[in-house]
Amino acid sequence: MKNVLLICFKEFKGYFVSPIGYAVMALFALIFGFGFYTATRDMAQMGLRSQMMGQQQPMSVNDMIIRPLLGFAGTIALFLIPMITMRLIAEEKRNGTIELLLTSPIKDIEIILGKWLGAVLLYMCVLGMSLLNIAMLFLWGKPDLKPVLVAYLGLLLQGGCLLAIGIFVSTTTKNQIVAGGVTFFVSLLLWLLSWFTAFDASGFSQVINYLSIVTHMENFSKGVIDSKDVIFYLSMIFFSLFLTQRSMESLRWRS
Amino acid sequence: MIKVEGLTKRYARTVAVDNISFEVEKGQIVGFLGPNGAGKTTTMRVLTCFLPPTSGTANVAGFDVVENPMEVKKRIGYLPETPPLYPEMEVVEYLKFTGQLKGISSADINKKVSEVIGRCALGDVSQKLIGKLSKGYRQRVGLAQAIIHNPDVLILDEPTSGLDPKQIIEIRELLKHLSGDHTIILSTHILTEVEQSCERVIIISQGKLVAIDSVANLTNRLRGSESVALEVEAAGGTPNPSEVQGRLEQVSGVSRVVLKDSKNGKLAFEVESLQGRIIRSELARSVVNAGWNLSELRAVGLSLEDIFLELTSTEKKKAAPAETAVEEGGKQ
Repeated sequence: MKNVLLICFKEFKGYFVSPIGYAVMALFALIFGFGFYTATRDMAQMGLRSQMMGQQQPMSVNDMIIRPLLGFAGTIALFLIPMITMRLIAEEKRNGTIELLLTSPIKDIEIILGKWLGAVLLYMCVLGMSLLNIAMLFLWGKPDLKPVLVAYLGLLLQGGCLLAIGIFVSTTTKNQIVAGGVTFFVSLLLWLLSWFTAFDASGFSQVINYLSIVTHMENFSKGVIDSKDVIFYLSMIFFSLFLTQRSMESLRWRS
Repeated sequence: MIKVEGLTKRYARTVAVDNISFEVEKGQIVGFLGPNGAGKTTTMRVLTCFLPPTSGTANVAGFDVVENPMEVKKRIGYLPETPPLYPEMEVVEYLKFTGQLKGISSADINKKVSEVIGRCALGDVSQKLIGKLSKGYRQRVGLAQAIIHNPDVLILDEPTSGLDPKQIIEIRELLKHLSGDHTIILSTHILTEVEQSCERVIIISQGKLVAIDSVANLTNRLRGSESVALEVEAAGGTPNPSEVQGRLEQVSGVSRVVLKDSKNGKLAFEVESLQGRIIRSELARSVVNAGWNLSELRAVGLSLEDIFLELTSTEKKKAAPAETAVEEGGKQ
């Protein structure tokens, strides 16, 4: 555990000595902020219009702003996560520092868990940028807190899952760009799987649909924690980290 | 301290290390010598548990590298060919990280770091980013990383490559200082390096072990015959080279005379004796008696360089013994 934290903090610090950490957070804040602006503007206009018509309709901040917005945050993350994970192992391989890690008295799985946790920490900081906008809603409105928390939990699980896939891809190459690109396409594919089967109810499509990362996000953004979704994310994380560990092991045999 | 038996490492198509066995005693400095691609780095990587052997065993500090890698890793310090540095870290930060990685507790880490900074003379750069350091300093940071946890065995892959002469001497001093409590294996292709700092030499070529012995023994083994360099000049202009050569060849005990150089009226020869003959005084007398001036006469020992070339060039190795035997037979 000590070793895991050692690697984790080293990675986390590493994000902030290079521009990557700042870049990812700034990009996220910018795009999320734009989404926030349009969502609140639309809601304000709708409110105004319904008042002018003289018929008060019940409007919920949760349904109209928070839910689509946090779903949107998951989509932005899809693009940013490859930037977070691409360097994790690929850079060590290029620098030759992998030799230091693999000849130190530390287990492969400790290295991997440490790096993954470091990436998750950064991802939490990235998500943290959105709290600023959400906090404004709480200042001037009265949204429900619980669904917001559940949605964040979902985002975190989804992110952890993509980060684990990213770190696996990063072990397979020396080249950061390749690692980032492949991770992006894999994430994109897992996202698109839900489109593929949108209007098809056959058994096969159901299975494909189940594998899509986004499908499992839907319940969370509604404020519902379904054990099915939690298990899906956790098992994806576990499986990806397991693959990473095997891939690290094969480095020794193949290099 | 280190015991390697029948070690073989095969990559997809090539055999990098082929059935190597050797032993290193505690406290020794051993030089690992070989041309590029001989398998030095591969052997070191097996010893540091970075690569598993294809067959054979390696035992470091009493633990097998395959069965007990964690225990082995705790007891070794390893400096790979390119020092494993994080360019975005400061020197102190890096040493703290590597120290903790090697199991130094956070209570001790500051003490150990300042100790190793003193030992490797890194005080001036301790707050600098590693990426901004010169090659020599980087190498020293790499070395500091390897010795920070005071390991029993130090494995250094070309520790002096890319350093200037002053830094090489400093590293050499440091290594001498470290031997005694530490067993050190260092690989190099710089031969003076080995002559200067190692007690024993392991020479490998194309993955095979060619020689393993002490430096003194190796030099003696191949220096059965004496080799003499001499320079001859005449009072009135350059003497006739073939005449001088013929004269020298007649001296008893001489096996071979080679004309090396001829300039400024001086002829430089290299003369080899037969096994176990001392020929210097005979040569001097013969030259002076012929009326020439002897301007230089000195014994040339076979350097490690010659030994190295002899042992590692395979064609020569197979053909040479037969040839010299014939030559010697003919002379006598």
